[in-house]
Amino acid sequence: MSAQKKTPLPAILLANALLDGDVVFRTASGWSRDPREALVAEDEATANRLLDEARAAFARNEVVDADLVDITRDEAGVPVPNHFRERFKVKGPSHRPDLGKQAEFGVR
Amino acid sequence: MYRYDEFDEAFVRERVAQFAWQVKRRLDGSLTDDEFKPLRLKNGVYLQLHAYMLRIAIPYGTLSSRQLRQLALIGEKYDRGYGHFTTRQNLQFNWPKLRDIPEILGLLADVEMHAIQTSGNCIRNVTADQFAGVAADEIEDPRPVAELIRQWSTLHPEFDYLPRKFKIAVTGAPQDRAAIAAHDIGIGVVKNDAGAVGYRILVGGGLGRTPMIGKVVRDFLPKADLLAYLEAILRVYNLEGRRDNKYKARVKILVHEIGIDEFRARVEAEFAKLDGPTINADPEEVARIAAYFAPPAYEKLPPVSRAYEAMKAANPAFAAWAEINTFPHRQPGYAAVTISLKGIGEAPGDATSDQMCAVADLADQYSFSEIRVTHAQNLVLPNVKQADLFALWQKLGAAGIAEANVGLITDIISCPGLDYCALATARSIPIAQDLAKRFADLDQQRNIGPLNIKISGCINACGHHHVGHIGILGLEKRGAESYQITLGGDATENAAIGEIIGPGITAEEVPDAIERLVSVYLAERQAGETFIEAVRRLGLAPFKAAFTKEAADVAA
Repeated sequence: MSAQKKTPLPAILLANALLDGDVVFRTASGWSRDPREALVAEDEATANRLLDEARAAFARNEVVDADLVDITRDEAGVPVPNHFRERFKVKGPSHRPDLGKQAEFGVR
Repeated sequence: MYRYDEFDEAFVRERVAQFAWQVKRRLDGSLTDDEFKPLRLKNGVYLQLHAYMLRIAIPYGTLSSRQLRQLALIGEKYDRGYGHFTTRQNLQFNWPKLRDIPEILGLLADVEMHAIQTSGNCIRNVTADQFAGVAADEIEDPRPVAELIRQWSTLHPEFDYLPRKFKIAVTGAPQDRAAIAAHDIGIGVVKNDAGAVGYRILVGGGLGRTPMIGKVVRDFLPKADLLAYLEAILRVYNLEGRRDNKYKARVKILVHEIGIDEFRARVEAEFAKLDGPTINADPEEVARIAAYFAPPAYEKLPPVSRAYEAMKAANPAFAAWAEINTFPHRQPGYAAVTISLKGIGEAPGDATSDQMCAVADLADQYSFSEIRVTHAQNLVLPNVKQADLFALWQKLGAAGIAEANVGLITDIISCPGLDYCALATARSIPIAQDLAKRFADLDQQRNIGPLNIKISGCINACGHHHVGHIGILGLEKRGAESYQITLGGDATENAAIGEIIGPGITAEEVPDAIERLVSVYLAERQAGETFIEAVRRLGLAPFKAAFTKEAADVAA
């Protein structure tokens, strides 16, 4: 968890589920595998709350590698990471559109 | 093939039970993430971008049909119906769930397999020439020595926490198909002037961020002394290798910094002090291991099958495949067949569970139930009768794995890159796919001839880009993927590190850039001269000029 580096806002919190390894997103009420449900932190206070929840979830052995990721909303309002690395992490392998969240949730 | 004895069997089963317990303790919080991570890595479990990844050891790239079928089943049941063969002759599954991995390891143990020594700072799974034991140009089968090193290195108490990972490759032929000069230790079987068989030992090769070609530390080592000599090398490294900086911790850095002569002096001094007989393997044990690699029950056949020649004459597509994908066998009337996992537009090295089952069936039918994995991410049926090649080719075609491109420009090595890997800085698979589509025409591929393109998605160089005739390295530049092109690398006995030929380019620009380099070769080559030979003769200048012109055109 890189709380030190300042993530530009808006941002979402993503992590890998400990048990399955799957990419999960922090929502208003817990974790979701669906990126469309990610809670978007528009302000510092929400971002800090997300980081606190990430630390707590890590301590409860629910997730690993939790990180705040800066995003831009697409025309449908779905958060899309600004960096290409996290875009692949959210979508799935670019050469296999039949796999990952791009297949399951139709994220582009 | 080697078969586990009761010690191997008990050891692997014990490890599965230990790991199951470790996973349980991680999930209930008894183990922290920091405590668990090295434990999972010791069992080949990584966390990648989308999921965990399990890397399974295929010792010296040799598999039985039963093992391959089990891998297919694991892929079907616990993964997404496919696996990825790597440049270290291993197999990776991209989507296993941590909760399932103990069960997967149990299934592997059922067929004498495991994921030990595929990660961590230990002596890794030993790799070898894929044609070991069958190649016509071989001095001696390197598999017994590879198996001996596997047994010696597995959980070696002194070398279980080395400064960094340690990779060993072995070849039994003068033509190096195992890239031994790109390994921490490379072992080549040689014959000395007196006609005795021994080993030439290279040390300090490696790719990654500081690529080095291995240097000869011993020109001729008697066979019986191998383990003691390896132990001496590992000891010098283990004591002197830097643990303070992981980027300087590989043995190649030590050899580079003190020089090969000083390194050799230290190794020889250590070797002289060691009590060889207590370290070197008992000749009886060596003979026991070697017996597992005795040749199968070949039929006595004429050197050339007339049926085979007739089928080639009648079917040009078959003739092309046979010419490109078969390799001369030491046994008259047989051939070693390379099955390309480089279908045009496919991910290099990926095989579906169905394809694995098909290859396992064909191995049973035509190749004494044996399969090899190549470091170039293809499969091999090592023992096929020439007379069976036509039927084999037809069945491979039905399974979608009859691409006739082994060693040609579309037989591209590629790491998983940013489509899967958490370390990657850029994608590599789509680059390979675009290049394969660009050069798909088989006549053109054959006209271009032998040409190795190797692609890595980061500086760690799993895709061996440094030793590609053309190397492609994916990096991040100003928030976008950027590709650096190198030229003149070579992974064989003429090992060389490629040189960068110009500024980084975008993914879209790569196919044109590579085509431009190939055009220089086609225009300048002399009769019978391969791409890499032309690069050596011409130097980089004409290629750089063509490349830079293109880069300038794009900028303008």
